[in-house]
Formats: sequence, structure tokens, C-alpha cells
Amino acid sequence: MERDDIIEYSLGAQHSEEDGAKIRKNIWKVTALLSVITLLEVIVGATLSKTVIGDGTTWAFIKYGYIILTLIKAGYIVLSFMHLGHERKSFKLTVLVPYIFFIIYLIFIVINEALAVTEVNFPLN
Amino acid sequence: MAGEVSKAIPPKDLWEGGRSPFSMSYGKIMMWFFLISDALTFGAFLVTLGWFRYTADYWPVSDQVFYHIPFVHSELPEQGFPLAYVAFMTFILIISSVTMVLAVEAGHRNDKKNVIKWMIATVIGGFVFLGSQVWEWAGIIVGPDGVFGTYDDTTMQSNFLGGWLNGAPIEGPKQYAQIFYCVTGFHGFHVFSGVMINIVILINVILGTYEKRGHYEMVEKGGLYWHFVDLVWVFVFTFFYLL
Repeated sequence: MERDDIIEYSLGAQHSEEDGAKIRKNIWKVTALLSVITLLEVIVGATLSKTVIGDGTTWAFIKYGYIILTLIKAGYIVLSFMHLGHERKSFKLTVLVPYIFFIIYLIFIVINEALAVTEVNFPLN
Repeated sequence: MAGEVSKAIPPKDLWEGGRSPFSMSYGKIMMWFFLISDALTFGAFLVTLGWFRYTADYWPVSDQVFYHIPFVHSELPEQGFPLAYVAFMTFILIISSVTMVLAVEAGHRNDKKNVIKWMIATVIGGFVFLGSQVWEWAGIIVGPDGVFGTYDDTTMQSNFLGGWLNGAPIEGPKQYAQIFYCVTGFHGFHVFSGVMINIVILINVILGTYEKRGHYEMVEKGGLYWHFVDLVWVFVFTFFYLL
């Protein structure tokens, strides 16, 4: 039986040969970017490791640099590869807002707790 | 990209019923919601890693622990290749994510031949990653240099390599090994199930199931899961191996 109450959204996602060429070009651009960032991270990780430069200000900069680069990589994977950047705004918000809210809360509460535990475990530090 | 999602529809009509306000199919929306919950699980794992790091008085530097590559014996980190093998694993996962997105793109053009080609590449990438992880685990559990258990079987004592100091191995916190096996094991299990899903989809593509259906959305849904696995590894790589 043919059903007329189901809208086939996936058929609307199809594209032509020319559009495909454009999309593939973009995919390779993102690939190059992800590879370069990973390579940079590994080179820094192998040469400027914590064992070499110590736990000082330089390391703090490198540490936050890693986190920023990771978030950039994650952004490209989610928005480009997983295609979230092309979905409707309502869907972007539905996916991202609850997740970001909960993960920030989780990080805050656990790190806060860890600092309190550290204070009890190592009172002299 | 053209298509249903970018179609201009007045907001009032969008939320009036009779259609998905997201202009997405049920299956894709549910895959996204599953991924949110899974991402929270991995988030909890990585935050736990943070908790261990904060509360431990000493935490090993990962490039003092992971410096082995296959077929080369390196006893000390200085003789080894810090992070080289993990970088290779990361690269494999990123490339297999790229081949997956190319398979999805070919699916949007109903290009069965290219979907098969890129899906096969993705499955191979997944197996290479899994094999690498098996090698890494085997090396640090029973390997000649990296004794990386949470405790020793014979002495029932903590027996864990926490890096090197003046050429001698020092013992690290057991939590380092525990969280390592938890995070990479849980992620490896996801890679394994992702490869299995991809194989099922690949067989269906070859059999022509999606050609008959008129669209390759199942490749897209499998792709979402596979990209998610790559996404998680990006974070594991940073928070476990680099920081």
C-alpha cells in the first residue's frame, strides 16, 4: 500500500553532479585542515613535551592551545562532516545547546569537587 | 547544500504540523539524539580523567609511556618515537571519516559504484585502527618494555609504568592505567560496532537495497555514527595523550 502521510525528506537531500564536485572540493579542504592541525599537535607534543619544558607558563599556553585546536577540529567534524552546519537552525540548537549546557556543568562540578578532595588529601600544598 | 533542509518555509508553516519542523527524517533525528547521549557518556569518562589528574599527587606524561612503534625495540623514551603511533592511529581514523563522508556524498548522487568504493575504504580504515589498538594494548600489557597493568598478577601489587626518571622506570598512579583501559576500550568497542554497522550497510549497498529504495540515507546514518567515533578520538587524543 502506498502511504501518503510520510514525507520522504531523504529524497530532497540528493544533488547533481556539479554540486557534488563542489562538495567534494570542500571535503578535501576540511581534510587538509584536520591533518595539518593533527600534525602540528603531534610535532608540538613530541618536541615541546611537559618533561622537557616543565610545568610552567609555556606549558599552560601549549595546554590551552591544544584544547582550542581540538575544539576547532571537533567543530569542523560536527559542522562539515556530520553536516550539522547545513541543517535548520532549530535542529542545530536542539543538538548543541543541551549538550554544551550539561557538559559545562559536569566539568565545573567535577573539577570543583576534585579541588576540594585535593585540599583534604594534600593539605600542605 | 540544496534540498529539503534549505528550502525556505515560513516559520509558522514549519511548526504547524504535518511535517518535521527540522525537515529531517525520523531516523536521522533519532541517530543524532542517540549520539548526544553517547557523547555525554564519553564526556563523563573524560571528565573522570580530569578528576583523577586533579586528585593524584603525580600524573605520568603520556609521551614517556607511549613511545613504541611496531617492529622496533626501544627501551627508553629517548630511543623511541613519542606519540608517533598514536598520531598514526588518529590519522587513520580521520582519513576513514573522510572516505565515509565521500560515500555519503556519492550516495546523494545515487552513484552506487562510488558508494561501494568509499565504504570499503572506510571499513578497511576501521580494521586498521582496531588492529592498531590491539597492538598497543598487547604491547603495554605483555610487551617487553611497557608493563602497564593495574596490578601485578603474581605479587598482587601495583605494577604500573608511570614514565621514566634518570633512566629508571617509576611507578605511576593505578588510575592512569585504569582510565586508559576504560576510555580506549569503550572507544574501541564503538569503533568495532561502527565497523560492523558499516559492513552491514556495505552489503546492503552491494545487494542494491538502497537503490531500490531510491535513496542512500542509511549510509548517511551510519556515517553520522562513524564520524562520532572519530570525534571522540579527537578528544581522547588531546586529553589523554597530549595534555
